[in-house]
Amino acid sequence: MNIVICVKQVPDTETKIKVKDGQVDHTETKYVVNPYDEYALEEGLRIKERLEEGKLTLMTIGPERAKDALKSGLAVGADEAIHLVDEAFEGSDPYSTALILSKALEKIDYDIVCCGKQGVDEDHAQVGIILAELLDVPHVSVVTKLEIAEDRKSIVAHREVEGGHEVVEATLPAIITAQKGLNEPRYASIKGIMAVKKKVIPEWNAEEIGVDKDMAGLGAAKMKFTEVTLPPERVGGNVFDDDPVQDAVKVAHLLRDEAKVL
Amino acid sequence: MFNPSLSHEQKALRELARQFAQNEIVPIAAEADRSGEYPWELVEKAHAIGLINVTVPDEYGGGGLGHFEDCLVVEEIAAGCAGIASSFVTSSLGLTPLNIAATPEQMERFMKPLCAEPALAAFCLTEPGAGSDAASIRTIARRDGDFYILNGTKRFITNAGQASLYTVAATLDPTLRHRGFVVLLVPADAAGISLGKEEDKMGQRAASTREVVFEDVRVPVESRLGGEGAGFHLVMETLDKLRAEVAAMAVGVARAAMEAAVKYAKEREQFGQPIASFQGIQFKLADMAIKIEASRLLVWQAAWMADEDLRNGYESAIAKCFAADSAMQITTDAVQIFGGYGYIKEYPVEKYMRDAKLLQIYEGTSEIQRLVISRWLLK
Repeated sequence: MNIVICVKQVPDTETKIKVKDGQVDHTETKYVVNPYDEYALEEGLRIKERLEEGKLTLMTIGPERAKDALKSGLAVGADEAIHLVDEAFEGSDPYSTALILSKALEKIDYDIVCCGKQGVDEDHAQVGIILAELLDVPHVSVVTKLEIAEDRKSIVAHREVEGGHEVVEATLPAIITAQKGLNEPRYASIKGIMAVKKKVIPEWNAEEIGVDKDMAGLGAAKMKFTEVTLPPERVGGNVFDDDPVQDAVKVAHLLRDEAKVL
Repeated sequence: MFNPSLSHEQKALRELARQFAQNEIVPIAAEADRSGEYPWELVEKAHAIGLINVTVPDEYGGGGLGHFEDCLVVEEIAAGCAGIASSFVTSSLGLTPLNIAATPEQMERFMKPLCAEPALAAFCLTEPGAGSDAASIRTIARRDGDFYILNGTKRFITNAGQASLYTVAATLDPTLRHRGFVVLLVPADAAGISLGKEEDKMGQRAASTREVVFEDVRVPVESRLGGEGAGFHLVMETLDKLRAEVAAMAVGVARAAMEAAVKYAKEREQFGQPIASFQGIQFKLADMAIKIEASRLLVWQAAWMADEDLRNGYESAIAKCFAADSAMQITTDAVQIFGGYGYIKEYPVEKYMRDAKLLQIYEGTSEIQRLVISRWLLK
């Protein structure tokens, strides 16, 4: 069973976001692995353990620092990692990102591809799904439980929907996007961390995977951000601390006449 | 070459220990401190990811890494809880004599099974009448054919009751003082071992500290580490090798206290502004940072020397003395910055202060460290 996990880095949630010239300023940002990708990776590891066989390959698109995401995945037990890196990839929107991944996946064998349901930086929640369409394979998104059939030819996935959950059966190869609650990601181990030193991480560029310049990067984006701003400064609220009965009347009037919520 | 810039793996290792401390230790530290009950599940979790037995050779089930890496881990664990860190470091103290002097047969018989599953060791040196004057121990190992008969009482033994193995410093003849020392490996289930009550300590309360009494305990001669009379040197070498880790605990506690103080100073307002805007507070915080950075580099130097098998008695004494004394000062100042709230158990800093005090006392008091340092200077 060939399991592929798509991972990426996102700014640490504790990072203070800075906006400069209408764009997010990442010069001092600390990066971590996207939390939803960690659920995807953990599920891949569990599939491999349950089946007692299989190869787990990580894949990421990003600059040099993206290798850290691959190394941390190798440290928890992934077998191999591939770094898709090219200046031409930078600034790709979800469509181009999925396209780059699909071209890379065409070069290897895969039975199941696990992605996080969305990146917590831009929250598009599209890449995994577009990827499935480009590869013409079924996908199940927002997965909270995953079972592989005995014959290893299909999966049964539970997905979270408004007010309940859906049980979906799909043939392999397929793509799933992982939702929180799918599993509890494991810690790396010291041994795992030290073993990463010996791993070779191949780098594939645009040419090697057959991505033309007009298919990726900012120029090819189907979605353009016109502007990014910080939310408006919070204005202080009004404090009412006189007579409770009178205050209640005052507040009721304000809610109706000014806030217009009544 | 001593290199204070960390490799990718060292950073990853430190990050792993930090996550473990924040996710697994911090949530239970206050309760473990209050109850004094040892959280054994932490040993199981730490063992599973390799945060204990870091310096035990790979082929016997350890991490196969150096004291430098161990110090990176220990600092993070101690920032979570010094009591837990003390338990882990003391286990290393019990195992280090094997790393130094065990025969391959002894490594197979003792080290391998101990590292194969979540287990701890304990180091039995201190006695009711022998603290700083370690050479005056009175636990007797009387030779009887193929056995030693062990009799004596050890005091303030960390991990007593949890450990599977006691590494015991005994003497063939108290009048010989250090020349009579033997180090014996005693399984915890050996007949004749009894434990005193749990000490009700000021701090580091998560760790178990008890008396261990040996009554006619039979120890095979094959369980002796190194030669008869060579035991004192083995004990001293063990303490030298582990001293960087003890100092690393001090760095961890101090750092946790400083971080708490920084956060509080930014939030607490008096006289219409955060107290962090007052120079008096700023100077205190800066002094904390200076001491922590200096302590850490001293720890790393001492650890690096231990890994290079260089004699580091001088450097490790300086590291331990400076880091422990600094931690006491820093944690006290952290309580001060928290003001009245710092005195309340609901806030974390009073625990850091109580935990820090023991660092100046065990593993060689700050006074003994100063004696060691001055002897190096005056020889």
